[in-house]
Formats: sequence, structure tokens, C-alpha cells
Amino acid sequence: MWPKDAIGAAKVPFLLLCLLPLAGIGWDIAHQSLGPDPVAQLEHRTGDWALRLLLATLAVTPLRRVTGFAPLLRFRRMLGLFAFFYATMHLATYLIIDLGGFWTQLFAEIVKRPYITVGFLAWAGLVPLALTSTRGMMRRLGRRWTQLHRLVYPIALLAVLHFLWLVKSGQKIAVREPLVYLAIFAVLMLWRIPWTRLAARLGLREPPATGSPAPQRR
Amino acid sequence: MTKRFFDTIPGSLITPEPIYHGRREWLKSLALSPLLIAGCKAESTAGTQAPIMPDAAPLQARRPSAWDTRDEQTSWHDATHHNNFYEFGTGKGDPSRHSARFKPRPWSVEVAGLAEVTGTFDLDDLVKPELLEERIYRLRCVEAWSMVIPWVGVPLADCLKRFKPLSSAKYVAFTTVMRPAEMPGQSYPVLDWPYREGLRIDEAMHPLTLLAVGMYGRVLPNQNGAPLRLVVPWKYGFKSIKSIVRIEFVAEQPVTSWNAAGPDEYGFYSNVNPQLDHPRWSQRTERRIAGSGGSLFGNRIETLPFNGYGEHVASLYTDADARKYF
Repeated sequence: MWPKDAIGAAKVPFLLLCLLPLAGIGWDIAHQSLGPDPVAQLEHRTGDWALRLLLATLAVTPLRRVTGFAPLLRFRRMLGLFAFFYATMHLATYLIIDLGGFWTQLFAEIVKRPYITVGFLAWAGLVPLALTSTRGMMRRLGRRWTQLHRLVYPIALLAVLHFLWLVKSGQKIAVREPLVYLAIFAVLMLWRIPWTRLAARLGLREPPATGSPAPQRR
Repeated sequence: MTKRFFDTIPGSLITPEPIYHGRREWLKSLALSPLLIAGCKAESTAGTQAPIMPDAAPLQARRPSAWDTRDEQTSWHDATHHNNFYEFGTGKGDPSRHSARFKPRPWSVEVAGLAEVTGTFDLDDLVKPELLEERIYRLRCVEAWSMVIPWVGVPLADCLKRFKPLSSAKYVAFTTVMRPAEMPGQSYPVLDWPYREGLRIDEAMHPLTLLAVGMYGRVLPNQNGAPLRLVVPWKYGFKSIKSIVRIEFVAEQPVTSWNAAGPDEYGFYSNVNPQLDHPRWSQRTERRIAGSGGSLFGNRIETLPFNGYGEHVASLYTDADARKYF
């Protein structure tokens, strides 16, 4: 077992690691090196990182079970909050920078285009999860907190669909990248199924996904 | 066998006009031209560096065209580093990165089908350097971004008329070269290679339709469709087929690559139409890639019907139902 101080200390470099994509984007903006279509680049980069970090949060539980390294759970909240952070940047880039003054287009887009609808729903779903990520909310909601945070599964699926549906159809190559994310999502979900079944069969309860209730330092 | 059609135009008939765009680049090209005139074969050694027009003289005849837009031009760098040319890869940067091996010279084009004159023609016989014009056109991609590019070429009609198409020729079909060894993207089944496009004969004969061999006063770079491409400014960009090796006059509407890949999303006509959305994104507005590039704000503009060329081309489609024949 790691001493609590070591975990607390490890969170600082971990936080910096999560900020690296943002620093990269900031650097490229400052140096005008986002390429000929910088807005699209900004959308792609923030979207990519939102999706990656979202899947990373889903990978924490399997990783912990495989490695038996319990302190991994302590990093999950930060991963989730950074996923929300990049998703918010992604949405803000689309709304403020890309759409610019053409606000009326937004409503038409959200209603008419499945990939935008689905992407927006994914972001909206993350909002309550981010709002209830504090220790106080965790305590107040109790078991319902766990239930609420299972929302992350459909959210991740929506996020992958958002990516899958926006690429041009009729080409096998273009869907390769979103399909990789879909495969990762599928593996992470499939991994969970035998455990719940096994737990049910043995009459055991699945341990709460929130990890140890030990106090955390940030 | 190669046939020749073009009469040499006497130099006295060419009115020299001041070059108003890219004057400095043109002067630079003049300074370099003695090196390059020595042989067009030297081009291949120049690689992707987009050689200056080997024969700069034709550009001297460039004149402001009635079709020119005054919109701010896209930079040479952006126009050559943000391309959809899936033969070199599906990423926007792939064509500039992976097209160095492509050899655009020598080049010949097969002309076939319903015309009095058919055969295989050398590029220089197809597009005579003396007849080149500059046309500054808007280019609207179906992905809702756009550029403003000064093309160098000849009206497609001028070229096609010399083959004396028969009255039964209702469409013109174009085919891109198939060279998987030089075009890495063709090794992947992204589209049903080779790339094919087509126009109705009246669209092909419209004075706006350009057969381009250059841009920005230079020879077309490989990533932009060297050495010969179509530019149909009132249609989405994918209609402007690149690296053409075959032109065929046909009676029936030809199969076109994107239409075959996604018939619900990419119509045969594919005229720029802000009222008719792509099934998955809106076509009402576009992101304009212009100026020095790298600008984050204020790029979105309204898309115009027929990409702003409606007064010239709308009459071609008076009968057509835009939704049925999109």
C-alpha cells in the first residue's frame, strides 16, 4: 500500500500530464501552426482528447483489477474531469469560434444532424457527473451516486458514435480511426460483463466503483 | 500516336497586359526561366517544390478575366497543404506529404467516345501554353470549407470543341490516372479506383469550366492535380477531377466516384446549394481559408447558391428539381 502522501504527490505530475494536450494546443495557436484550417484542427484535437480521456476513465477499473493496484482509482476523478474539460473546449470551439455569428444554424444542426445531436447529448450527460464529482456530493448521494455515474457508459458510446457518424461515408479507411475507439470501448465494456455475471452467480455484490473512501488530497 | 490540333498563335495577336497578381513571383520566375527552359525534363528533379512554369512566356498573356472574384486569395501554402486528393491519402496534409514520387511528365490524355476526332494526345497539344488564361475562382468543398485560387488554364470548351463531339454526346466522362506505385492512397479501397467524374455536355461547354494546368502562375503541384485537372467553380470541389488521363464523350450519365460511394450524399450534379444540406452537415455556411492563414476567428461566411456563379449557370438548371437532381 502506498502512503497517502505519495499518491497525493503523484497527482501533481499526473495533473500536468493531463494539461499537456492543452499546452500543445496553446503552443500551436500562439505559433499559428494549426495548419490551413485551424478551427477544424482545434475541434479535432479537443474532441480527440475528450474521447481519449473518457475511455481512460473507463479503463481504470479493469486496470486496477488486472494489476491489483488500488491507488489507480484515485486518479479516475481527475481523468473524468479532464475529459469534461476537453469536451467543453470542444463544444465551445464549435459554438464560439466555428459557428461564429451563425447561431441560428446551431438549432437546426442539433435537431437535424444526428452526429451533432449525439455529441451534444454526450457533453450534456457529462455535466451532472462533473457537478457531482466532489466528495461532498459523493457522500450526500450515497449509493445513488454510483447509479448516476453509470451514465458514463452511454455517454462514452455517444461520444464514439459522434466521431463515427461525422466521417464521410462510403469509405472504409476514414472510419478506421473511430472504429479503433469503438473497439476500445467494446473491450472495456465486454470486460465488465463476466464480472457482474460471476458476481451475480456467486451471490456477491460488486464492490462500489467509487474506490476507497479514504480522504483525498488534491 | 499523337495528333496536333492547335495552330500557333502569332505573338502579335497576344495583347500584353500588366500582371496584376503575383507580379513579384512572376518576375522571379522570369529570372529562373533560363534554367528551366533548358528542359522540362528537369522538372522531375525539382520534386514537390512546385517548379515555376518552365515556359514563363504564356503567363505574360494573362489578363484579368470577366469571371474573376475579388475575394481575398488563399495563400499558396494553404492551397498546397490542405488538399482532398485521396489517391495520396485521406488526410488533408497527406497529398503534400506523399505526392513527391508522382511523375506528371510526360503526360498524355486519351480522348474517346462519341466524337469525330479521338486518340491519344500529348498534354502540350491538348493545352497550348500560348492560350493560357488566369481565372481567380472560389472553390467550395462539400465539407463546408472554401478557398480562393488563381488557376491557370484554358476553357474546357475550347479544348473539347476540337474533337468535334457528335450530337449524341450528352455527357463527358473523365478519369484520373491509376498509378498505385506513385499514388499510395490507391493501394487502399477508399474509393472504387480509378477516380471518375462527369459533366453534362452543356456544363462541360460552359465558359466558366476550366481545364487547368497551373495555379498562382506556376505549374500545378502534384498535390493539386498535376498536370491537368478540371475546375468547375459552381460545383462542390470533388467534381473538379485531378490528374486526368481520359476524356470520353458518352450518351448516358456516367458513373462518378463519390456518387457511387454515397448516392444519398453526393449527387451527380453536386451544384453548390446552401438550401440543400448534406445529410450529415449543413451547407448553409462555409469556413473560408484565405489570406495569410492561421486565423481562428471570423472565417465563417454564408454559402452562395452555385457558389456565387448563379447568374452565369443557373439557366442550365431551370427544369431540374434541385432535390431530385442534386
